[in-house]
Amino acid sequence: MSKNIREELERWEKTTLQKVISKAPERQPSFQTTSHIELKRLYTPLDISDLDYCHDLGFPGEYPFTRGVQPTMYRGRLWTMRQYAGFATAEETNKRYKFLLEQGQTGLSVAFDLPTQIGYDSDHPLAEGEVGKVGVAIDTLKDMEILFDGIPLDKVSTSMTINSTAAILLAMYIAVAEKQGVKSEVLQGTIQNDILKEYAARGTYIYPPLESMRIVTDIFAFCKDHVPRWNTISISGYHMREAGCTAVQEVAFTLADGIAYVEAAIRAGLDVDSFASRLAFFFCCHNNFIEEIAKFRAARRLWARIMKERFKAKRDESCMLRFHTQTAGCTLTAQQPDNNVIRVAFQALAAVLGGTQSLHTNSRDEAYALPTEDSVRIALRTQQIIAYESGVAEMIDPLGGSYAVETLTNEIEKKAMEYIEKIDAMGGAIKAIESGYIQGEIAESAYQYQREIETKKRIIVGLNQFQIEEEPLRDILKIDPEIERYQKEKLAKVKMERDHAKVKQCLAALKKAAQGTENVVPPILEAVKAYATLGEISDTLREVFGEYKER
Amino acid sequence: MSRKIRVLIAKPGLDGHDRGAKVIARALRDAGMEVIYTGIRQTPEQIANAAIQEGVDIVGLSSLSGAHMSLFPKVVQLLKEKGAEDIIVFGGGIIPVDDIPLLKKAGISEIFLPGTSTEEIIKYIQEKVKLE
Repeated sequence: MSKNIREELERWEKTTLQKVISKAPERQPSFQTTSHIELKRLYTPLDISDLDYCHDLGFPGEYPFTRGVQPTMYRGRLWTMRQYAGFATAEETNKRYKFLLEQGQTGLSVAFDLPTQIGYDSDHPLAEGEVGKVGVAIDTLKDMEILFDGIPLDKVSTSMTINSTAAILLAMYIAVAEKQGVKSEVLQGTIQNDILKEYAARGTYIYPPLESMRIVTDIFAFCKDHVPRWNTISISGYHMREAGCTAVQEVAFTLADGIAYVEAAIRAGLDVDSFASRLAFFFCCHNNFIEEIAKFRAARRLWARIMKERFKAKRDESCMLRFHTQTAGCTLTAQQPDNNVIRVAFQALAAVLGGTQSLHTNSRDEAYALPTEDSVRIALRTQQIIAYESGVAEMIDPLGGSYAVETLTNEIEKKAMEYIEKIDAMGGAIKAIESGYIQGEIAESAYQYQREIETKKRIIVGLNQFQIEEEPLRDILKIDPEIERYQKEKLAKVKMERDHAKVKQCLAALKKAAQGTENVVPPILEAVKAYATLGEISDTLREVFGEYKER
Repeated sequence: MSRKIRVLIAKPGLDGHDRGAKVIARALRDAGMEVIYTGIRQTPEQIANAAIQEGVDIVGLSSLSGAHMSLFPKVVQLLKEKGAEDIIVFGGGIIPVDDIPLLKKAGISEIFLPGTSTEEIIKYIQEKVKLE
């Protein structure tokens, strides 16, 4: 059969195709994906003649999970619609969560402000101007109690974008649940807890890498025993992609970080099959539709192979790459912002066709500010339209077997593996970050992308072509600057009313644990219950671990 | 031959989104300017000091976290206090248009919004620094 297709393809190229191309050349001499994968004009069975169905694709819910991690995928349960939200105070954000749940959102996703993410209380000098800006400000357990007021923690799953202070926020969540009468064993959710990509791209690190990795593995160990349904980490490519890297680099750098976490946990004495099934991933979905779908499939297969072949994982669940997706914030334009609704819809569709477990769709006004309620509703409705109207959720991996999709899946896997081998040769992801290699690769890709836009090699509708005269968007979400004062007052009040001796004692116990090898999570949990502040707990660890400085 | 324009690109506050700052720094370098990039998490004090020590002509501030209203004017004010008010300060990032007149009133020479080409910023700096 193959021979026939090859002969026929050659005949087609020489006759039918040649006749047209000689008169009307194609739009460009060559076409590439964002990862510089050269695209053929036509993919045929010849391109995937080496594909071994059972070995390379298999069946949904089975190794190597190329076609999806669940046997029924969205026929069983739709992906979790999870809009990342948080701003101003716990009071304001609690209202937004209730709005989102009323609108049919199925999971919560907490955005914290930068001081909370970097371990400063709202009254710290470095917090000035940042309180409640990019997320909700949390200083003590009191704020967390307000944030989840009236939201039953045994019913919702909650994802928290929190990294260097993840142990503190997780401890607060457990403490709030306890007050609601909910045991930590039933809690469901995710902490991002992916510190490595913070050094590479996002920048909310506090401690040096090795000390940070110790906290990460302490969390793995704690959750294994006390919060078994919790995703202890969300190994994230999203922020590296947003910082400018390509689809292939996103897969490579994310999985390289994943390898570093697995190695660290094994070094800390954990059995790979005891924690690997709680590892989750987080990817971006950018514009290039087919490349993105292939990327998700390639990432799943590559991670499965790494877990089985490299780490000798025995359980299938340990090899399963489950992931959250967010549409690409960096593709949103300030120009003609309504066009962003369309971009987000295509990106979201690609994420679903790629088999995501949960999804955040960006809002049209996010090149200006945090989104308004109206914009968030459209973003959520976009997911609901894909889920209920488009029909794509009714088949598993409907693009599996497409010559183009399978070829790109193969190529992305191969190119990502080449990167991972390069990173291995450098001594792993931590070394590659410390040497600045990963940051350099991301910056280079970001610059090339910008050059392509400016030289019009890449067209962005409304930005460098099809522009109109327009007024910038003015109807945007504004954060009241007064909230900083309000938050500081609330903090002062909590500090005044708490048991000072108890706080001191808890922080001393934490310090001792940090200096030794004892797990730091239990003393953090005790400290938050005594209303020690996030800043106090972080400072205690700063004293022991030191602080990381960008090189 | 005239000397090269010296630029400090700085990230004030806690914001770690440095894609734009790095792209601008590189584009200005490619346009023949001498560029110093501070890295993330700089206080206004650190930025003003760096600008003076490095003897730059112009400072570019980047913030995507919404803290620009507190942080940008502080850099201008500190430069003034330190007797370096001749150093021009411009900014960019996720900045609501209604904040722009207030920032300009506080001494920020220009604000560039998402979608601005690096070419436009290069041209602005070349004209501005030559003028003053």
